[in-house]
Amino acid sequence: MPDVRLVNVTKRFGKIVAVDNVNLHIQDKEYFSLLGPSGCGKTTLLRLIAGLIQPDKGEIYIGDKLVNNVPPEDRDIGFVFQTFALFPHMNAWNNVIYGLRVKGFDMEKAETIGHEVFEMVKLHERLDAFPSELSGGMMQRVAVARALAAGAKLLLLDEPLGQLDAKVRNELRYEIKKMVRDLGLTAMHVTHDQSEAMAISDRIAVMKKGKVLQVGTPEELYMNPKSVFVAHFIGESNFLEGYVSSISGKGAIIELRGEIKVQTVDKSAKIGERVILAVRPETFIVEKGVKRNKNSILGTIERVTFEGTNMRYEIRLENQDLIVIVKPSLIEEWFNTGEKITASFPPERAHVFVYPEAGLREEIAVE
Amino acid sequence: MPKHKITEALDRLSSKKTVRYGVYLTAVTIFFALILLPPILGIIIKWNTMQQVLNQPQLMARALSAIENSFTVALFVSALDIVTGIPMAWLITRGKSKWLNVLDTFSDIPFIVPTAALGYSLFLFWSDLGGVSSLFGNPLVSPGWLLVILLHFTFSYPVVVRVVVGALLDYKMEYEQAARTLGAPPFTASRTVTLSILKPSLIAAFILAFSRSISETGATMMVAGVFENGPVFIQNMKNGFTALPPRVDQATYEGSIVFASFILIAISCVIFALIRILGPRLKLPIRKVWPTFERKLSYSKASTSRNTITLLIFFAIILIPSLFVALPAFEAILTDTLPKSLSGVGVWGEYWQSLILSYSLGAVVTVLNVIIGLPMAIIVARRKFGTLPSAILDVLVNIPLIVPSIALGVSLAIFWKENFAFIPEIWLLIFAHLAITYPYFVRSVSAAVERISVDLEEASRTLGAKPLGVFRTIILPLTKYSILSGAIMVFTRSVSETGATLAVVTKLQTAPVVLVNWVTQKAPSLQIGLGCGFLIFFSFIILLALRLIVKGKGRY
Repeated sequence: MPDVRLVNVTKRFGKIVAVDNVNLHIQDKEYFSLLGPSGCGKTTLLRLIAGLIQPDKGEIYIGDKLVNNVPPEDRDIGFVFQTFALFPHMNAWNNVIYGLRVKGFDMEKAETIGHEVFEMVKLHERLDAFPSELSGGMMQRVAVARALAAGAKLLLLDEPLGQLDAKVRNELRYEIKKMVRDLGLTAMHVTHDQSEAMAISDRIAVMKKGKVLQVGTPEELYMNPKSVFVAHFIGESNFLEGYVSSISGKGAIIELRGEIKVQTVDKSAKIGERVILAVRPETFIVEKGVKRNKNSILGTIERVTFEGTNMRYEIRLENQDLIVIVKPSLIEEWFNTGEKITASFPPERAHVFVYPEAGLREEIAVE
Repeated sequence: MPKHKITEALDRLSSKKTVRYGVYLTAVTIFFALILLPPILGIIIKWNTMQQVLNQPQLMARALSAIENSFTVALFVSALDIVTGIPMAWLITRGKSKWLNVLDTFSDIPFIVPTAALGYSLFLFWSDLGGVSSLFGNPLVSPGWLLVILLHFTFSYPVVVRVVVGALLDYKMEYEQAARTLGAPPFTASRTVTLSILKPSLIAAFILAFSRSISETGATMMVAGVFENGPVFIQNMKNGFTALPPRVDQATYEGSIVFASFILIAISCVIFALIRILGPRLKLPIRKVWPTFERKLSYSKASTSRNTITLLIFFAIILIPSLFVALPAFEAILTDTLPKSLSGVGVWGEYWQSLILSYSLGAVVTVLNVIIGLPMAIIVARRKFGTLPSAILDVLVNIPLIVPSIALGVSLAIFWKENFAFIPEIWLLIFAHLAITYPYFVRSVSAAVERISVDLEEASRTLGAKPLGVFRTIILPLTKYSILSGAIMVFTRSVSETGATLAVVTKLQTAPVVLVNWVTQKAPSLQIGLGCGFLIFFSFIILLALRLIVKGKGRY
């Protein structure tokens, strides 16, 4: 039963370092996602594990076996491509049993497995159809069925839902997760969609520019981002710039623009350090008028957007910083444009990061 | 940049539907009037002369036997070219050595070497005692059917390699990668997935190789000996008629030409149509797999052996024999033949004149092809007259490709001379070369236009560009390499063209015609060698210029 280990894996394309000294351990039967913006190296990493490309440095282990020199057809994997890669000259049935045929399976057994797998992906009425006759969602089901049919225990999915429309995407993501769990597989799923990764993963690795920035469960990444980029990429964050003005018993006191001081629970910051304070939009408490609470800042509502589940407020603070606050629309009272409010947040919900060397904009850029 | 007044006026004109369709209709009319119909009508006009052949059972038997030889050789050679060309194309596109670009260029050589020079070169290599036969004391392969097969195998090989290389470069590797992740070793993946997806290109390559074999005359003449295929039969009858005293009377001469040409054209068309219809239904053997065996074929030892055999076949049977004619050229440089040749003394005066004629003719034909071929390429690629009519036009454009060049030339000559008795020979030459080269150009450019998404043209229109402006600023820049490629193919095909030229002209001589005459008159080998050497050398320069112009565009 395979776990997957990457030890100091590096891959270059010319001058570009696509994967930069990556170390990862994916547990057996884990649903593990590689999440990051385009060009971060996640697809390259997946292809290295599949054996479609070779690393320049480092080792890759599947199970306990070093697979650096093992070709893809001998790694016992299933790979689902972003563009489906269904063989256009074969119908759905022949696409799905292809792996069974080339591995020399007995034809009777192949028939049984083929039908089982088609049942699993709920596509048993379209066995004869050719890829050009299938919709996007159906093609993806066939692609998944094909990867599962030959019985591989490690499933690699490269942005499997990227080409599908939103509703189909939402349905399929859970179906794939369920199939993987029911079959007891290990899965590695590449995506740039953080809500997709959060919905189905046991753990996620967030990548940027070839490096793994943080690995954790969705909850860990959301609640305790360890870098500005992760705080920005996972969910949404407001970023406020400031300096550490003093350290109290609870933690660092940050002075924001306009000499506004707020309390945090960060114990590692040093006095005088330039920092970024990250606070999620739903963390803020909003009250009408001027209220002097702990960690409160006065502001004016600049824009109100009704998003269905939420009300979204863009607020110009008294120090001219702009923040976004999100509140459930059916539970809390609504505010109007132009209203004066007080926004405050609990100290334990704010994250303090050292101001990035390259600048904030560069740090959170996804291009 | 401000638009030129004329450009602006033309752009505005192109907005009118009547003007646009006027241009398209003109292109189609020119195609029918100058390219498609003359070769066919010429034969129909002289239909009655066929009676001469039908009345002479021996002659008819000889003609039919020659035609049968043509098709047998063409089918066999095309199949052989496919089987040997695919591994070469694979090596060129998938190999990792930096020498593969050089190999890529070398594989083009038999295509650009004028067929007259090629024929002579193979004769020297295989038959002449100065060639490989010197190792055996006797001619290894005497002129005859085997040498014809070697020749046809050689000159069609680059066509197959070029088509398959293009298809492999366009191919999405993901399909093969998907097959590998499903457990297929490389050989199985290539056989069961890649080759099947490439089938249309393989069929196209087969058709091109087949057409070349059916139509080639000049080189075949040099290596046929007493063997007769269709074109050689026609040429032998022509020689019999023009001999002094004539061995063949005019009625018999015309009759046998019409008879042989008609049957060659008719059967070629039938084969072509059959391939088009049955080709897509042809199922390659992909159901069975032999996992253990094919695994062994996939890795180092087997693929090294395969590559070694591929390269051996290429160098020993194709490249070296093709260039063998260059050897006497080197010897000629060391003697006084070279200075004589450069000074234009004696036979060399006629040679240089013929060379100038060949290259000028090539240039004129190329320019004409660009002018009349571009609109046709767009009509076919963008289905301007609706799906069915455009599909029919698509098929018709291929016909001059499959008509044997000598038959085409004869038919054309009959047509024009019957209707315009005093037509200057140079026009006959231009029309003949135009007809033969037109399909190469239209095929190349229409495929490129098809690859351009219609979205780009539409975007250009929404931004205010008139139709001609869209063509100038979007289509032309994006297809310029295909247009260049098509133009080069047209030019080299025209320069190397022999069969039709022999059929249509009696006074004018292009370089291949001069070379064929020198060989049949048994001129000194240094003279022939140098004459061929110059022709190859200049063709090389052109190929090199082409590579430099499209430099950095990868192996096209």
